[in-house]
Amino acid sequence: MSGFRLADAAIDVRAEALCLDDAGAGAVVCFEGRVRDHNDGRSVQRLDYQAYAALAEAEGRAILAEAVERYDLRACAAVHRTGSLAIGDLAVWVGVSAAHRDAAFAACRWIIDEIKQRVPIWKNEHYADGESGWLHPDGTAVTTDG
Amino acid sequence: MKYRLLYFASLADRAGRDSETIDSAATDPAALYAEIAGRHGFPFARERLRVAVNGAFTGWTHALADGDEVVFLPPVSGG
Repeated sequence: MSGFRLADAAIDVRAEALCLDDAGAGAVVCFEGRVRDHNDGRSVQRLDYQAYAALAEAEGRAILAEAVERYDLRACAAVHRTGSLAIGDLAVWVGVSAAHRDAAFAACRWIIDEIKQRVPIWKNEHYADGESGWLHPDGTAVTTDG
Repeated sequence: MKYRLLYFASLADRAGRDSETIDSAATDPAALYAEIAGRHGFPFARERLRVAVNGAFTGWTHALADGDEVVFLPPVSGG
């Protein structure tokens, strides 16, 4: 089974990974994306994620369906946080199971890369100097005070 | 026609709101963005955005209908 969802509370990775169980799966690969205390040379204190929920869930499901086809997966799932997160918090989790490890590693990497490129979720970083900024991936934040 | 607009991330900050309903003569997303980008001072050229209508990605020349929900999506930064 496969599924993508947004979560407004902490992600329980052990519970999420249960859906990867499959008697034909010889390989399970999971990725955890966590909140880092720095970005682009600035000290980060916390961040917020905002999502366009209806489209994010539809696009996430489309990515997982594509991954199943591309990599012949037995199962895959992904969860992305919304709301306010602290340093070290789990921001995104991706899990895949496949018959063999090559497909599992490749699919997990492909899924997280596609999520970052395609799913309408935005990160607002709060910096130590009191500024905050929405990140848009030309690498620069659109900063505002407070 | 009346359109429901949703704003996210830096566009919501610039607009000072996360949604609004507007009356507009625009008949496609390209014309609608040109109209509101000036009013709200959006920093993005259209080429850097994607557009969604009624919860699905679409193109800039999509024919809009009265009551459509239109979202201009700045470059995403999840993960």
